[in-house]
Amino acid sequence: MKILVAVKRVIDYNVQIRVKEDGTGIVTDNVKMSTNPPDDNAIEEAVKIKESGKATEVVAVSVGEEKAQETVRKALAVGADRGILVKVEGIIEPLAVSKILQKIVDKEKPDLVFMGKQAIDDDCNQTGQMLAALLNWPQATFASKIEVKDKTLEVTREVDEGLETIEVNLPAIVTCDLRLNEPRYASLPNIMKAKKKPIEQINASDLGIDTKPRIEQIKVEEPPKRKAGIKVASVEELVQKLKNEAKVI
Amino acid sequence: MPVLLIAEHNNKEVKPFTFNAISAASQINEDVHVLVLGSNSDPVAKSISECSNVKKVIHINNELYDNYLAENYTSAIIKISENYSHIICSANTFGKNLMPRIAAILDVSQVSDITKVISEDTFIRPIYAGNAFATVKSNDKIKCVTIRPTSFDPAPSSGGSAEIENGEPGDASELSKFIKKEEIKSDRPELGTARVVVSGGRGMQSGENFKLITAVADKLNAAIGASRAAVDAGYITNDHQVGQTGKVVVPDLYIAVGISGAIQHLAGMKESKVIVAINKDGEAPIFSVADYGLEADLFDALPKFLEELNKLNTIQK
Repeated sequence: MKILVAVKRVIDYNVQIRVKEDGTGIVTDNVKMSTNPPDDNAIEEAVKIKESGKATEVVAVSVGEEKAQETVRKALAVGADRGILVKVEGIIEPLAVSKILQKIVDKEKPDLVFMGKQAIDDDCNQTGQMLAALLNWPQATFASKIEVKDKTLEVTREVDEGLETIEVNLPAIVTCDLRLNEPRYASLPNIMKAKKKPIEQINASDLGIDTKPRIEQIKVEEPPKRKAGIKVASVEELVQKLKNEAKVI
Repeated sequence: MPVLLIAEHNNKEVKPFTFNAISAASQINEDVHVLVLGSNSDPVAKSISECSNVKKVIHINNELYDNYLAENYTSAIIKISENYSHIICSANTFGKNLMPRIAAILDVSQVSDITKVISEDTFIRPIYAGNAFATVKSNDKIKCVTIRPTSFDPAPSSGGSAEIENGEPGDASELSKFIKKEEIKSDRPELGTARVVVSGGRGMQSGENFKLITAVADKLNAAIGASRAAVDAGYITNDHQVGQTGKVVVPDLYIAVGISGAIQHLAGMKESKVIVAINKDGEAPIFSVADYGLEADLFDALPKFLEELNKLNTIQK
């Protein structure tokens, strides 16, 4: 079995982002970038399945600018066998990413595609479901537990009401939740080894896909600032304030 | 052209956020049709027809829709999609799972999780965990939009009598199968719609200690929330998680206990009307969004808080 894992390079989750003064977007110069957190869970799960003997190859793919190569390299350092970077400049929407991934799936013919459930930059939560639609494959989104069976996958999904279990036929798309596993850190020897693993580079334009955004971004603004609060000295004061000032209890 | 709203329900009752989505849909266009895909779901179609914002209910009653599977839902929706300018549903786990599958088949770039309708094609949506708001314009012929339910007031659940039309089921998909759902039942208000939410974080130290939160929540008729750290540590189940990838809540009162206030948690609660933070670390980022901060050990503060609440003559419900 072959597993393809899609990873995205995003602003690190610990960075307090800043909106550009001209309202055209977010400041990304000199900002720390990392792998989208749930994509780390996706790689981890794929590598674990390979280690259990149920998969033979894990391929990491990223769609983005040249520097997204670092994100692919990181996936290689934690156990992916080889990488693919599809190069594209500027804003790329989930619909275009899923069309690119569809081309990669046509070529690689994986049995499973894993990715994070949501990217923490645009917060769209679309790519996995869109890819499943384009391929007419089943989708198991927000996965917190995956069991590989003979020709199917049993997936526990985190839903608003609690947990749901579904069975999907292979091939399938799974989008991973943060509680699926504990992503490992890359060891130094594995980081060195990863440098020798191959990364195939493809230009999105060569795939014949129109990646021009369909959605016009008119402006980006900071959220309204909350007015500064106060510190209270005691529980008694807190309850009095809530009762008499805020009038919420 | 009318707009199509996809109802979320359990074949007996309408899920409350459907009414928030109806309200957002009618801001886009007052001609709102609601699609109920269900099995033995007459009561659902009937309650939705009583919502005064709804002009027509399309009820597709078939055992295919006994359980919600995006693969089955999608085909039925695609079949009627060309009659509509917009397809809309809630941006909760129901709609997040479903809408992109529809959008990709229609070759539409979806607009996710909108918090405001500017016009029929222009919307505001949060990005970067709500640290920025983007105004976006969709140029697709059909617009696929998911709405953040807590940003729209629910539409009235009565006063209407819309026509209920029976629709044709879509193709049965063999791709996936429902196995089970473990719903956590509770007598408390739902986290997404509660007036008061009391949340615990890693500072609670154990699941057992959440009983301190429960006691306060009981007194305030509150829902119980949690940070991702508390859920990851196994103190409490995932349905309680508030944050960027959990639930977004906007209660009148949000009490954060032993929660440091990571960006990802703030994304889920910082629009609350009044925020209280109880934390022993005076430097914790949660204090930056709190209206009232109490720097204290929660194991002293929570029992005292309950004691003080007990002294009050009346408490709002």
